[in-house]
Amino acid sequence: MKEVINLPVKNVEEEEYHINMGPQHPSTHGVLRLVVSLQGEIVKSLKPHCGYIHRGIEKMCEKDTYPQIIHLTDRMDYLSAHINNHAVCLLVENALEVEVPERVKYIRTIIDELNRIASHQLWWCSFGMDMGGLTCYFYGLRDREKILDIFEESFGSRLLHSYYTPGGLMMDIHPDFQKNVKAFIKYFRKKIKDYDELLTGNVIMQLRSKGVGYLSKEDAISYGVTGPSGRASGFSCDVRKHHPYGVYDKVDFNEILGTKGDTFERYMMRMNEMHESMRIIEQLIDNIPAGDYTAKMKAVLKLPAGEYYQRVEASRGELGVYCISDGNKTPYRMKFRSPNFSNLSALDHISRGVKIADLVAIGGSLDYVIPDIDR
Amino acid sequence: MDNAALKERILGLVPDAEFQENKQFLTFIIPPAKFHDLAIRLKSDAELQFDYLFCLSGVDMVKFLEVVYHLESTTHKHQLVLKVRTEDRVNGAIDTVCDIWRTAELHEREVYDLMGIRFNNHPDLRRFFLEEGWIGHPLRKDYVDEVNIVEL
Repeated sequence: MKEVINLPVKNVEEEEYHINMGPQHPSTHGVLRLVVSLQGEIVKSLKPHCGYIHRGIEKMCEKDTYPQIIHLTDRMDYLSAHINNHAVCLLVENALEVEVPERVKYIRTIIDELNRIASHQLWWCSFGMDMGGLTCYFYGLRDREKILDIFEESFGSRLLHSYYTPGGLMMDIHPDFQKNVKAFIKYFRKKIKDYDELLTGNVIMQLRSKGVGYLSKEDAISYGVTGPSGRASGFSCDVRKHHPYGVYDKVDFNEILGTKGDTFERYMMRMNEMHESMRIIEQLIDNIPAGDYTAKMKAVLKLPAGEYYQRVEASRGELGVYCISDGNKTPYRMKFRSPNFSNLSALDHISRGVKIADLVAIGGSLDYVIPDIDR
Repeated sequence: MDNAALKERILGLVPDAEFQENKQFLTFIIPPAKFHDLAIRLKSDAELQFDYLFCLSGVDMVKFLEVVYHLESTTHKHQLVLKVRTEDRVNGAIDTVCDIWRTAELHEREVYDLMGIRFNNHPDLRRFFLEEGWIGHPLRKDYVDEVNIVEL
């Protein structure tokens, strides 16, 4: 019989220690460093360290003209690039009191929703992978590819489009756009059932996410957690409903609201939002009015001196653009209120007391994109 | 509450608040000494209930530094913008609001980092994006960095 060696072991249950998650950790989906304070396996507190991908976009904006700024906003939350572009375009159009053609509003709304589906598909991929299901990653990316193909056909790029310009669009949509979008919706309505069969009904996934990472409605408001993560807690924060832009006031869609506020609820919000986005597209795709794809704009855009604020619903929450103009062709100060920045501030609060493996699931359900936090 | 009633209410709470013309939001400049008490009232008063701080920005207006608070009530749906100014560019400090709106904790760290405005009673006022020991605050108008900023 082997002799049992008793090593002098310290009681790790009592002692608090720190580990670094990131900056190079697959579950942080980018270069985010979380310093996690642990006792045994339980998270006691957590401090985010940001700035690894800080490019000073707000400072760069002060040197750029408004059409140039649009190209910088792509690079914040690159998974909802169109929606970020939309925010700056709306800000400039409202400040100059330009009326954009109806055709532009319809196309922008359709493309925003396609972008939202593509973004949620990638979230679904990575959330499944965070939970240990690699198949999700291939399913999600396969279907996202179809949307990227539609984007590529119409305006040449797949990730950073800069398709919207102040006053309209860079160019008109491809003649096959409507046909392809309808084909995609038909295809994806079938495929999203696979998503539910593969992951939503999975017992392991449900056990790991139900009741984990609870965020109350009051805390969601206080922390400014918006988007699907905020709505999972019951915080009615859909900018498309409360401050409509584009043609969101003309379409019929539901603001999906949850009650439980846990990781599984945040998961369900995004799954249901994909259905709602498809509904919005279906209502608009056959009714795109004929007309110009851009309004007549001046060559040099100068906003009248004053302050402007524009809110849009990006795929992760409320994106705000705050602009102070002194009447020049470049803004005096440009501030982006990015959804991920505020969502991150709640991470410490909701992950206290959970196991470290659940922290990965909570992070996945908040769906942060790091360049949007750092800007 | 509509903007006219809201304006009267704010001026009733802080008589020396300065009203500022703005097309979009009702805007006030609040003296720093009275700001924290007003913020508590705005959140707790049943008719006001400004529970959602949707944007917090720092601005360098050269003559003074300014922090801009965009507030919304999720129950009454009204919005309000408050501005607090400090003329001290070295030790300028404003009371923190992260005890009232928790989202302010990270936003104030960002403003401190990039704009150099201090916040009194903030639990963890450190730089957020840049490393400790970075000289200067990049979003200020008088910031110069010949290495990292290329002038065209």
